[in-house]
Amino acid sequence: MSNPYVPNTDGDRRAMLERIGVASVDALFDDIPAHCRNPGLTLPPALSEMELARELAQMAARNRSIAETPCFLGAGAYRHFIPSVVDYVIRQGAFATAYTPYQPEISQGTLQSIFEFQSLVCELTGMDVANAGMYDGASALAEACLMAVRITGRERLALLSTVNPSYQRVVRTYAEGHALPVDVMTPDGPALSEKHACLVVQQPNFFGYLEDVEELERRAHAAGALYIVVPEPMSLGMFRPPGEYGADIVVAEGQALGVPLSFGGPYVGLFATRREHIRQMPGRLVGQTKDVDGRTGYVLTLQTREQHIRRERATSNICTNEQLCALAATVYLCALGKQGLRRVAELCYHKAHYAAERIAAVPGYSLPLTGTFFQEFVVRCPRPPREVNAALLERGIIGGLDVSEQIDGGMLLCVTEMNGREEVDHLVDALREIGA
Amino acid sequence: MTSSPKDRRYTKEHEWARLGDGEAMVGITDFAQEQLGDLVYFDLPEPGAQVRQHAKLGEVESVKAVSEIYAPLSGEVIEVNQKAMDSPELVNQDPYGEGWLLKVRPADASEMDSLLSAEDYDALVATAEGGQH
Amino acid sequence: MSDGERRDMGSKLSFGRGRPGRTAVTLPDCDVPLAEMPSPSLLRDDLPLPEMSQPEIVRYFTNLACLNYSVDTGFYPLGSCSMKYNPKLHEDLARLSGFAQVHPLQPIETVQGALALMHELQGFLAEITGMHAVSLAPAAGAHGELTSILTVRAYLEHRGESRHKVLVPDSAHGTNLATVSTAGFQCLPIASDARGNTDLAALAEALDEDVAALMLTLPNTLGLFDQNIVQIAQMVHETGAQLYCDGANLNALLGQVKIGDLGFDVVQMNLHKTFSTPHGGGGPGAGPVAVKAHLAPFLPSPFVGQAANGAYVFEEPEHSIGKVGAFHGNFGIMVRAYAYIRSLGAPGLREVSENAVLNANYLLACLREAYDLPYERRCLHEVVFSGSRQRAKGVHTSDVAKRLIDYGFHPPTVYFPLIVDEALMIEPTETESKETLDAFCEAMLVIAREAEEEPELLRSAPHDAPLRRLDEAAAARHPVLRWQREDQA
Repeated sequence: MSNPYVPNTDGDRRAMLERIGVASVDALFDDIPAHCRNPGLTLPPALSEMELARELAQMAARNRSIAETPCFLGAGAYRHFIPSVVDYVIRQGAFATAYTPYQPEISQGTLQSIFEFQSLVCELTGMDVANAGMYDGASALAEACLMAVRITGRERLALLSTVNPSYQRVVRTYAEGHALPVDVMTPDGPALSEKHACLVVQQPNFFGYLEDVEELERRAHAAGALYIVVPEPMSLGMFRPPGEYGADIVVAEGQALGVPLSFGGPYVGLFATRREHIRQMPGRLVGQTKDVDGRTGYVLTLQTREQHIRRERATSNICTNEQLCALAATVYLCALGKQGLRRVAELCYHKAHYAAERIAAVPGYSLPLTGTFFQEFVVRCPRPPREVNAALLERGIIGGLDVSEQIDGGMLLCVTEMNGREEVDHLVDALREIGA
Repeated sequence: MTSSPKDRRYTKEHEWARLGDGEAMVGITDFAQEQLGDLVYFDLPEPGAQVRQHAKLGEVESVKAVSEIYAPLSGEVIEVNQKAMDSPELVNQDPYGEGWLLKVRPADASEMDSLLSAEDYDALVATAEGGQH
Repeated sequence: MSDGERRDMGSKLSFGRGRPGRTAVTLPDCDVPLAEMPSPSLLRDDLPLPEMSQPEIVRYFTNLACLNYSVDTGFYPLGSCSMKYNPKLHEDLARLSGFAQVHPLQPIETVQGALALMHELQGFLAEITGMHAVSLAPAAGAHGELTSILTVRAYLEHRGESRHKVLVPDSAHGTNLATVSTAGFQCLPIASDARGNTDLAALAEALDEDVAALMLTLPNTLGLFDQNIVQIAQMVHETGAQLYCDGANLNALLGQVKIGDLGFDVVQMNLHKTFSTPHGGGGPGAGPVAVKAHLAPFLPSPFVGQAANGAYVFEEPEHSIGKVGAFHGNFGIMVRAYAYIRSLGAPGLREVSENAVLNANYLLACLREAYDLPYERRCLHEVVFSGSRQRAKGVHTSDVAKRLIDYGFHPPTVYFPLIVDEALMIEPTETESKETLDAFCEAMLVIAREAEEEPELLRSAPHDAPLRRLDEAAAARHPVLRWQREDQA
């Protein structure tokens, strides 16, 4: 036996085969066409637990961890401090090794924590209802667009050009199936028409700056389109929530709330809307109810929207989502709480502004955009950002994202509470050297 | 199985219609609510909507099923039973009375003649129940 | 905490547990000069979040965990979910700083370890499925399904074919049908025959030049290997359609047969099933897609390739359908699945399918006297019974399921597949011992007797669980989907 997770001994197997009435395990696979049977797999030899740990530690070491390297990347994935209680909770086997809570009597842990998650997302976004989560912010946005099409019966999508380009691509992929045209609009570009199902706005936008969300709300609703807002959740620690400025659907990447960067996933998409649209919502919902003894409990509810019941007419095909990441976000928001989240948001704000101000004072560098920003901003570099980043890396710093395709010489930098002042000062000094 | 009320007529899809003064009341049968179990939601057209006999009228949902409702008569929807919308359990409790679904102004009252009588409907249900196992 | 208190957990949410002023985390002082704050009109007034201390949080969530049934606490034979044991080392590995603390947009030269892992995993999954190329981008099984069907769509469009129908057997999982619609195709059901295989006559009739693909789950949701597969593949390909495999049940086939050798063009896998990554109470999972060469240029971006100098790079396939997620897929899940394959190797993976199938057939043999078997055949990794005999006594399959809770087991999947009356779908997986299977069978046999003698015991079950049956109708009629603060109530 080479598989440590299989308890059956040879004796067990013999006894079981006898009970089944076959001579060998092989006979159980008789339905497989003979010419394809037992292909043989060419895979590396099995490793013991000790060897595996060593091997993967070596692979991990070939990546540059930003725990040791100052990093100024954001653009949809953010490094924030994660209190130990978060991982302590989500590692518990009773949470981690349960399935989707289909049997509520023995799944109250998962169900109640989803109810907490839905509630917290509502509070954070200022919306009426939130679901149990989507794959990530980008796919949540794509689903929101499809939902807007269902609600309005219109078949054109409109996105503001300052929405994360990666999100725009995911929306296009989903739109392709229904041949929905996607119009990308600049804030002062062509108007929305009565053909548009929605207007999508990211707040703060991809470049870190606040949009005029009230004006955009007026435009979306004047055209009869739904107003979809994609906020950065940490920014909601201090800025007005989309529910206060007329959003119909709010989707967001929840990673910033206690989920490690993990090279891009798993993350969790937040999805919230107004009460009147509940039945068009994709994804799972948990509701409160009572058991036969009158005790409060939680169940999956409004399931007739979902694929296992409505099948080809479901609001989405989503089944498995990102529950454990949603649990991380739940614990994170409870741990930071009312004061902590605002504090972290303000730390990000102040540090980002300190960095922006200092960089703008370095000869050759400037801030090409104006307005209010949160934790991200664009710096115009005196050399191509690609070269600046390479030079920063030589100095042990991971710089920002090269956005020179959209903004001439632009580098999108992100500063969070994790970047100490000395890191920022080091960045400023390095940029000065590189720009000289 | 108690017999269905004789003051109305039925569809094979388990809807009923009762003709009144210039309007018809529409609902689902006792057999339908029994088969569907605890009803939780109805998706029905707004007053003013035109419906066509035997065409899809709306949907009824139980906790774990969705079924379509078909119009027993053609005409214009003039009222939806808000009480039943707010408390779908009414339709379980009293499908022929308080649990009616909507009122229609019939376009052609003679369409009633093409529907099943209570006796014929009961016979249909008896066969359906017999075929359950 | 007493049992009674634990049973009353639901009445008090995090908001009701803390007190104003409490916090669970300390944060550093601001080490830079404060910037001017934005205009108050841009700021929120209120941030209504809980205020709890650290011990309160730990105790609250730990007690919530105690209300959950899980693989770590007991037998979880949920059909088509492959609820197998999740190795603990893999949890540590996914949390290594070099994996967990890596930003998705870092310079490519700083993430060569991660790309090497992805590249190797692509290769392993291609080898296991007998396919040419693998995309790791999809985040879950249904996401993989959608990716697959969109890939097929792009391929057909590239060839100038406008096929608009996808065939799906009547035994299929709901995600298949929902996927077809989401991808903009029309769904056409195909009947199963008396042996639980695809009905060839029905298939022949449905196949025409409008059909883009047939989506087949293998083994199917009845736990049966489709005995007509060779003929099906031939029929599908003769009309120019693609053959898609829903690989949710791949656990049954590891090392026994390669999906690609059977004629499939595309398959999605569920790493959180077959490759032992924990299900997390509903994810995260990962749903990689493997395809034959002709579909490879249409896969989503990114794909991990290797440059001439040996360095790993992200590539975009030539006619890619685009992106399906913001970044590169659920990397943390890939680490665990990679570790699983490396720890078992080819012989270990074969033991997985052997023992999973052996265990399921053992359950079939032990329970067939008491429960009806709708298809008189040996099964693969799971066995589907019908509770129709018990139904005749006024006991539903859901009652049998709830009664199992009293005996300390998680119920099987119930009422699915839809083509089996009162279905009970049992998947033991390979990680359960004969003793556990025997204890489970004993409970199932006792329940079958109880159904005859004391049916009320089943109808009112569970009796020994944190909560008793919950009113799902009330929850759906008047949905309460979030807490109401006192000021809102």
